[in-house]
Amino acid sequence: MSLLVDLALWAIVVILGLVAASRSQSLCIDALRGGLRDFVQLLPRIAIGVIGSGYLAALLPQPLIAGWLGPSSGLSGFALAAIAGALTPGGPVVGFALATTALKSGAGAPQVIAYSVAWALFALQRVVIFEVPMMPPRVVWLRVLVSLPLPFLAAWFALMVGKP
Amino acid sequence: MPVRHTRSPFDWSAAVIAALAVTAGVTVYLRDGYDRFLAILTDDIGIFGTMLPRMLAGCLMGAFVTLLLPREAVARWVGADSGILGILIATAVGAILPGGPFTIYPVAGALLAAGADAGAACAFVISWTLLGYARAIVWELPFFGLDFVTWRILFSLPLPIIAGVAARIVWKLAMNREGDAA
Repeated sequence: MSLLVDLALWAIVVILGLVAASRSQSLCIDALRGGLRDFVQLLPRIAIGVIGSGYLAALLPQPLIAGWLGPSSGLSGFALAAIAGALTPGGPVVGFALATTALKSGAGAPQVIAYSVAWALFALQRVVIFEVPMMPPRVVWLRVLVSLPLPFLAAWFALMVGKP
Repeated sequence: MPVRHTRSPFDWSAAVIAALAVTAGVTVYLRDGYDRFLAILTDDIGIFGTMLPRMLAGCLMGAFVTLLLPREAVARWVGADSGILGILIATAVGAILPGGPFTIYPVAGALLAAGADAGAACAFVISWTLLGYARAIVWELPFFGLDFVTWRILFSLPLPIIAGVAARIVWKLAMNREGDAA
């Protein structure tokens, strides 16, 4: 499945490159050079982030996190889940592994939804490693600000509908 | 060419992450021993290796998109005057575009450089994080199962639109205040 995603990704790159080359070869080469320069500049920080996150995840107190997020934890459970989601280091593996552990150890489904939405929106290292270097900082802060209520909204929808 | 946001490869935020990584690594080494330390290191280097081609694809995609995007059309479709339709378009594109953070943020930067407004850019990024099917299929599904993931995505559907509209309002307020101060 991840191979398919890679193929789709590179197919898009090739198509974009061909369209660019058909317009102007020198502009296409400029774009290629710019893209490569971005890639090289990102390498060190991403290497540090990825390798460091594994160690940070190993230090997390997993049973404690699972215990605080039960179905009766209500709004404070949502808030705690959202904060935990934002602070969970590491890639999707770490976030989702923790969330499933929490579900299995008795956390409520809305709390877990709050957790995974918060993790998707705020994962601190993703914001710092990727978002801040690649977008104008003011837009990043705006994005974070308007995202603050979203984990609560998603958890509230889940609570109202009574699913999953 | 639009303005690029190039930074030095190693600045304060990278330094903070590096300090955290080293501290955590040393703690794991002291607490769990050399074998565990090495196991985590090999795992993470493996993950990093699989990320490299996607990162490269993302950077190239961002560069080409910056080159090819017709600026007037972007400004019209997702610019400040595009209304709710612009937010909806940004949400749809964010959900459809494949790739990881290394793909999405360069494209969002390119959109902004080409005249998209901050609200649309926020809707785009938030839509990718919450609705992107690539991550849901590859990562979320194996952990949570179809039922949970489907509901999670359903509950997330309105969120990029709400946030995009809110972002546009906040951005306008901030701009007005700056205009008054000047």
